[in-house]
Amino acid sequence: MPAPVITATSLTKKYKEFAAVDGISFEVAAGESFGLLGPNGAGKSTTMRMVGAVSTRTSGDLSVLGLDPNHFGPEIRSQLGVVPQADNLDQELRVRDNLIVYGRYFGIPLRQISKKADELLEFAQLSDRAKSKVDDLSGGMKRRLTIARALVNDPKILLLDEPTTGLDPQARHVLWDRLFRLKEQGTTLLLTTHYMDEAEQLCDRLVVVDKGTIMAEGSPAELIRTHSSREVLEVRFGSERNAVVAERIAGAGDRIEVLPDRILIYSANGEAELVKLTEAGLDPITSLVRRSSLEDVFLRLTGRSLIE
Amino acid sequence: MTIAPTQPERVAPARSWFLGALYAGNARTVVSRGILATRSTNYLVVLSGFFEPIFYLVSLGFGLNALVGPVHTSTGQLVPYAAFIAPALLAVSAMNGAIYDSTWNVFFKMNYSKLYQGMLSTSLGPLDVALGEISLALLRGGAYAIGFMIVMQVLGLNLAWTAIFALPAVLLIAFGFGSLGMAVTSYLKTFQQMDWINFVLLPMFLFSATFYPITVYPAAIQWVVQALPLWHGVELVRGLTTGDLSVAMLGHVAYYLVMVIVGVIFTTTRLKALFLD
Amino acid sequence: MTVNEARGMRSVTEAAREVAIRAGAKPRRWGSWYVAEHRIRSMRSYLRTIIATSIGNPVVYLFALGVGLASLVDRNVGAGGVQGVSYLAFVAPALIASAAVTVAAEECTYPMMMGFKWNPIFYAMNAAPISGKQIANGMIISVLVRMVPTTIIYFAVMLAFGAVPSLVGGLLVLTASLTGIAVGLVIMPYTASIQEDKGQMAMIQRFGILPMFLFSGTFFPLSQLPVYLQWIGWISPLWHGTQLGRVASYGLAEPAWLTAAHIAYLAALGVVGWKLTQRVVVRRLNK
Repeated sequence: MPAPVITATSLTKKYKEFAAVDGISFEVAAGESFGLLGPNGAGKSTTMRMVGAVSTRTSGDLSVLGLDPNHFGPEIRSQLGVVPQADNLDQELRVRDNLIVYGRYFGIPLRQISKKADELLEFAQLSDRAKSKVDDLSGGMKRRLTIARALVNDPKILLLDEPTTGLDPQARHVLWDRLFRLKEQGTTLLLTTHYMDEAEQLCDRLVVVDKGTIMAEGSPAELIRTHSSREVLEVRFGSERNAVVAERIAGAGDRIEVLPDRILIYSANGEAELVKLTEAGLDPITSLVRRSSLEDVFLRLTGRSLIE
Repeated sequence: MTIAPTQPERVAPARSWFLGALYAGNARTVVSRGILATRSTNYLVVLSGFFEPIFYLVSLGFGLNALVGPVHTSTGQLVPYAAFIAPALLAVSAMNGAIYDSTWNVFFKMNYSKLYQGMLSTSLGPLDVALGEISLALLRGGAYAIGFMIVMQVLGLNLAWTAIFALPAVLLIAFGFGSLGMAVTSYLKTFQQMDWINFVLLPMFLFSATFYPITVYPAAIQWVVQALPLWHGVELVRGLTTGDLSVAMLGHVAYYLVMVIVGVIFTTTRLKALFLD
Repeated sequence: MTVNEARGMRSVTEAAREVAIRAGAKPRRWGSWYVAEHRIRSMRSYLRTIIATSIGNPVVYLFALGVGLASLVDRNVGAGGVQGVSYLAFVAPALIASAAVTVAAEECTYPMMMGFKWNPIFYAMNAAPISGKQIANGMIISVLVRMVPTTIIYFAVMLAFGAVPSLVGGLLVLTASLTGIAVGLVIMPYTASIQEDKGQMAMIQRFGILPMFLFSGTFFPLSQLPVYLQWIGWISPLWHGTQLGRVASYGLAEPAWLTAAHIAYLAALGVVGWKLTQRVVVRRLNK
């Protein structure tokens, strides 16, 4: 395993009595793509801000690139690229100027940053919008510009806070593709998300976070293997019958979860479970057999579904 | 079985035959929305506008009185300095109230909150919106004026009973600036352009016989000043509060009537072009 | 893990650490200037209005007050003038100081609030190697960058109007800028802390800047006001700045200790405001 570039030990952030991040520990290796998966308010963004050296930890230890953010904020930030949850581009400046101004913050000389800006616009597929106002860009374009901006300093580590929240499916795929290229080039990615498909697409390893603590850790495949079955059968009987039916089929599969609108039956073989149901004379309105996902892992670990 | 559809009492609002799609006779909806919005957000700011002319009056009335001494009005009457500037400040506060509502507020609604698109997608016509918005500006200008008139009365700066007519005069001034201001604003696109409004207003504020008679200028400059709207407003109000009436005042009134008509026509046409075509 | 592997790991981290420490040096040193550079770039889109108002305002004010109103005052007070000089010479130092205050009232209000709220670039700066203190410093530098040329132009127009008896009056550029930045730095910690826009800017303008402009011995000596209004002048940075300007411009006779007090008062406001602004910005960023 390569050397860790981020090491957090019992990392804690408290606002008065409320612990937004409650003693979490993890390590991210160089070149790794590491995810923090959890619902809104789980403490993901706060963790990101502490790693980004803009929020002081209350207790615990944190080392980024071998440096303590409490003392080496500017040094650490000089090696990071940050994509915040809400775009904070400068709307008073045009697209290309946003990159140039940002590059200056790292002390990059104007001539050098000017060349770099053109490369990054190319990478973000925004070359033809260089002179546009930020306001006139679509959501996906703004996101790509923010990512381009985060790359002006050739960061060792890229921090992405909910990179695709609020984007349409096509814009998400364009973005994932760009992030994947960065990963191939050896950039370490640390990202938060509450989308499991995103975590499964992008993360080598992830931690599931809830209420400021880590619930589980591993690769997406490992987590699914450990905390769920291979397949899931989803059946709907209508919102009024769900609960009644659930009692009758208790014991089916490895495990059952009853949600307000549907019943999930976890099993190595979903089709077989469906056949058993039909044989028992229970005809679901709809049924679906799918592979287990991180959503199921989260449900298992917290008893809640990820997006409420 | 057939079910008779329930007939609405009135299918469409009564429309005047010649204004057609421009006017639904419902400008009051626009006004009441404006009042509600003011009440729930920035009434303190609106209220504070009332103090502006009072600060000027107290400062200059007290402080400059001894330095300047009594001043001759345009009709040759000799009045104390405070009584000279008070009517001017009254006219200016009406102008400012109206301009603020019809420029910055309208600009924001037009370009940022997209309020007019929403309004014009209902049965309201552009003239409703124009009249409604201008009435709002008027209400505000009128409110400031009443407050300031009371202060003038208390300080003994209303020299004649005709001062009571300064109130309608001030409303006319507010109407004129409100409608013209909105017309101009409808052509502006950026904050930078909005800055030019202040750039034009400042010299007009300072030069229009507000703080001293325009006779101190050479004739050419006097003509320029007399072409600008504020001078007419100041002269009109001053004539009324000092009680020195003259025929020229009819000319001032006519000037504002033209301003109102031009402003309303421009605004309505512009709103129609922007949002309905 | 073998000893060699462990050593390899250490050296990789060690190298990254070295790179980071080197890369942090420039932003640590020049960060404030980078922020100012950014702000000045944004001002460019307002350049035309800035130039027009910097030239237009002194012309209009000096003409209206220094020529128009002055003709009444000078006729009324006679040869003695106001404080021994013409009304134009008397009012000009106040006007140049007010112009600097106007710039401060503009540049220390909206841009501060915008940077946190409507156009939250401060957070972006802070995610780069720029510290909260540097953001505060950079904003202050950018205010000065706009203010000093404004006062220089103002002074040039004053010279053209014959409003400055001697060239020592060139000091007015300094006294006016000092006044402007002192006022700006009193406002800044407040505007930096505003969470929600409820018209605070308009209130600052109406109940701060305007009364200060009207009651600071600007258009007439403070002694003309009733005693119960004179205190406004004493606490007003504009009064101190204006009096200082009058000393510089036409040698207004006042005790040396009072002149020193003007400078000390303005400098104190500036330093306290500066430190407070830094504190507010740092705290707000480090949530």
